Amino acid sequence: MSGEPEVHEEFEARLKAYEGLPAAATGVGRDPVNEPMIRHWCEAMGDTSPAYTGPDAIAPPTMLQAWTMAGLTRRPERTAAYDELLALLDASGHDAVVATDCAQEYLRPLRPGDAITFDSVIESVSGRKTTKLGAGYFVTTRTDVRAGGELAGIHRFRILKYAPAHRPSAPAERRPRPVVNRDNAGFWEGVARHELLIQRCTACDTLRFPWLPGCNTCGSPDWDTVAASGEGTVYSYVVMHHPPFPAFEPPYAVGLIELAEGVRIVSNVVGVPYDKVRIGMPVRLEFQRYDDELVLPVFQGVTS
Amino acid sequence: MNAGDRLPPLEIPITRTLIVAGAIASRDYQDVHHDPELARQKGSPDIFMNILTTNGLVGRYITDHFGPRAQLRRVAIRLGAPNRPGDTMVLTGTVEEVDGDTATVRIVGANGLGDHVTGTVTVRVPAGAGEGLSTGAGGDSV
Ligand SMILES: [Zn+2]
Repeated sequence: MSGEPEVHEEFEARLKAYEGLPAAATGVGRDPVNEPMIRHWCEAMGDTSPAYTGPDAIAPPTMLQAWTMAGLTRRPERTAAYDELLALLDASGHDAVVATDCAQEYLRPLRPGDAITFDSVIESVSGRKTTKLGAGYFVTTRTDVRAGGELAGIHRFRILKYAPAHRPSAPAERRPRPVVNRDNAGFWEGVARHELLIQRCTACDTLRFPWLPGCNTCGSPDWDTVAASGEGTVYSYVVMHHPPFPAFEPPYAVGLIELAEGVRIVSNVVGVPYDKVRIGMPVRLEFQRYDDELVLPVFQGVTS
Repeated sequence: MNAGDRLPPLEIPITRTLIVAGAIASRDYQDVHHDPELARQKGSPDIFMNILTTNGLVGRYITDHFGPRAQLRRVAIRLGAPNRPGDTMVLTGTVEEVDGDTATVRIVGANGLGDHVTGTVTVRVPAGAGEGLSTGAGGDSV
């Protein structure tokens, strides 16, 4: 929905046009007033009044609407006009519904055997209202309920058709898991201990990162590790705006960090607005926990 | 039966069973009244009581008090905070007006979230019908 007032006015005028049109024309109660439904109702309500049992039983007056309900499989006896009105509200995003008011007048008691018929009219459609549930429109219908053709009760019912202010959000996405294999397992073991380990060739002392099975300088497969001091600078960076990925909220800065030891690592620059990250900015290693299983090395900008 | 009389409160535990039984007894098969997962998809943390059940409970509250010969003439309710499983609703009522044998009672049903229901009930209490009625002497109808 647009927030433009004149758009609301035009839409409201379309809704108002339904006022006074029938909502249900000569609906017929699915069942005549009957003892089993009265008993089920009283059991559910915890109502033990003797007025609702025995040979002179009446139906609880508050059951008035229940006798008009379509039930599980039968289509509600709505007119095309009422269906149209609801469809118009659905299509404009006001697809949620909640009953807000019910006012019933009881003109004569209903008794087992009474055959129920009813007519319903769209009494009013409100202007656009803002509610705790969301913005929407109140629709009031008036239903005349007859028993054996005689008016027995009047049932006014108001619903709110609204656009939910709080749509349920998708379950929180987790960050992708790192792929841990034989060649980099030692690195992730270090991260688990909050150590950023750099590989060092034991043949020529060259440091290398990311982890690889052999030395790019001399080809030796032998290595040990040194723990990074945690000091570094932004060697280069990009700011991700689009596309968004699950668990990442753009915009965010991805840095290529040159560690004090001389090797470079790709990670997030945190603690600094994405548009304040600069080449040469000093950063410091920290370990950030994202969920039960995932801890990652990230770099805090040092802005002083 | 005098204006200002307070009805004793009625405490109603809002169980899942009550919500579902009330919905089915009123032939209301809207999923939000019996299916928690679908209720959540529609933005409610759980199922909630339908308005027909609330209406029935309000009617019961009044006739429990005024007796089986009391005749409900009008019940008008407005819903507020939803009745969800695990909560308790306490119904209270105050006689607002008495006109001959007819009383208008203001009712409130409050739960842990706030007022679930507010409304008025008009009830006719034929002379000598009520169990909880004042005889005219004390003025305390409960
Ligand atoms: Zn080497």
